[in-house]
Amino acid sequence: MANYWLQCRDCGKKFENRPLSMCDECFSPLEVAYDLESAPIRDTFTREAIGRGPQNMWRYRAMLPVAADYIPTTPSGFTPLLSTPRLGKRIGARNLYVKNDAVCLPTLSFKDRVVSVALANAVSFGFDTVGCSSTGNLANAVAAQAARLGLKTYILVPADLEAAKILNTQIYGARLVRIDGNYDHVNRLSSQIAERYNWGFVNVNLRPYYAEGSKTVGYEIAEQLGWRLPDNVVVPMAGGSLITKIRKAFNELIALGLVTDKNVRFFGAQATGCSPIAQAVKRGTETIDPQRPNTIARSLAIGNPADGPYALRAIRESGGWAEDVSDVELVSGIQELAETEGIFTETAGGVTTAVTARLYADGRIQPDELTVACITGNGLKTTDALAGQYAVEDAIRPRMADFEAYVTANEATVEDLAQLVGAEPAL
Amino acid sequence: MSVKVLLPNAFQKHTNGAKEINSEAANLPALVSDIETHFPALKQHLRDGNGKLRQFINFYVNDEDIRFLGNETYAFKDGDEVLVIPSIAGGCCPHGDMRFEQKGPAGICACCSYCGQEECTCD
Repeated sequence: MANYWLQCRDCGKKFENRPLSMCDECFSPLEVAYDLESAPIRDTFTREAIGRGPQNMWRYRAMLPVAADYIPTTPSGFTPLLSTPRLGKRIGARNLYVKNDAVCLPTLSFKDRVVSVALANAVSFGFDTVGCSSTGNLANAVAAQAARLGLKTYILVPADLEAAKILNTQIYGARLVRIDGNYDHVNRLSSQIAERYNWGFVNVNLRPYYAEGSKTVGYEIAEQLGWRLPDNVVVPMAGGSLITKIRKAFNELIALGLVTDKNVRFFGAQATGCSPIAQAVKRGTETIDPQRPNTIARSLAIGNPADGPYALRAIRESGGWAEDVSDVELVSGIQELAETEGIFTETAGGVTTAVTARLYADGRIQPDELTVACITGNGLKTTDALAGQYAVEDAIRPRMADFEAYVTANEATVEDLAQLVGAEPAL
Repeated sequence: MSVKVLLPNAFQKHTNGAKEINSEAANLPALVSDIETHFPALKQHLRDGNGKLRQFINFYVNDEDIRFLGNETYAFKDGDEVLVIPSIAGGCCPHGDMRFEQKGPAGICACCSYCGQEECTCD
């Protein structure tokens, strides 16, 4: 008998474990609930037991919805939590960390975490075919992990997806279906498909299990900070699930006594061209108006966010805020994070970095507050966003004189620029 | 004037299995009332305690989210197809086995669930 079950997020009705995402009474989403008093959690979800666990997300398996005898096949998660003094100096932060899921394995985004949990359940429910609707990262993660498990795949993406994300899906032998529409069209079709076919759609009928994988971002942040919670977390928002699950993770750690109780403020980041949740936060409304996405941050381009109402609630209840930035700002954000901290993130990470900078600039986050910005994907997947940013210079001859002339010319340029920009502002 | 309304699997528990209806409704509020008239058992599930339509139920007219068309002010046109889809729908059957339950004597391929074809295309 499992120590977890499905439960409606609104009316609280309980369901036994099965591929089901929605309450049949009030049509609200289901999520996984746990018996926190049960022996597996009480005995193995402790600081000591977790510390003895593997160097990946499965060190938290007692609070993930998988069978007791499940043997993980992919070591996702446990990505670096990095202090960012140089970025901090640039944007006026003195206690800022980056949670770097740009290097999450196996496919370089946080989606590897959710897919690990979803596919574990797909196998236990007996599905031989899995699928998803995706803005790219999820497609990559499902394709790779399904290959490792020998599952067949149907992966649906918007037709205008970045070339790298398409290739990074096809390479694993996945059946990729390009849909002539945006993500919201793809997602709606996926709902219909999941009702018609006997497939495990990770973000449709397996969604409650899938979403639990996101909690490991929150567990890791707490553990890597020495088992304490930060003051603030900045999280990119697409469907709005991640921000709510990091909050769930923190609340579980508090409930189980692994960290001291503390109100962590949650800040959401979106691109202005697709910012339904951020707009609702700013307007102070309860409802989220859908948008037609128009941004190069395609991994965040969900105009009708499924978990939007819950993301809104997490931000409001915690005393946080949401911001959105333009495509120009997000490209600068990608460059700034790479130039200061050596982290190459995708467009979504550019959004998170630029929004984080604005939150400091606007005084919504104070310089000394312990703040974690969540970088969720890798820049190698969205190089199109940087097209034209770096000119290809003429090659020089393999001669010392040519090289010296090159250095002289470029040093001059750097000095001129430094004079133009002026001295770096002191913190 | 008539529009075709396609209902999600999740509603079928409350509609005696009906999957679609034709409606003469002129707009969304009238359509919701019409659905409730057809299926009185559904009413308490469609609305919250304040009588408001639940937020996770979405309506699409000919593939377009009705909120982009003016929502409650949109006037249905003859032949419109209205899709009702909860935000996070899908998989209402315990083991997702709907397609196999529907398999007739002619038989949709049941070698696996992958090809989804009348004629199997799997190896």
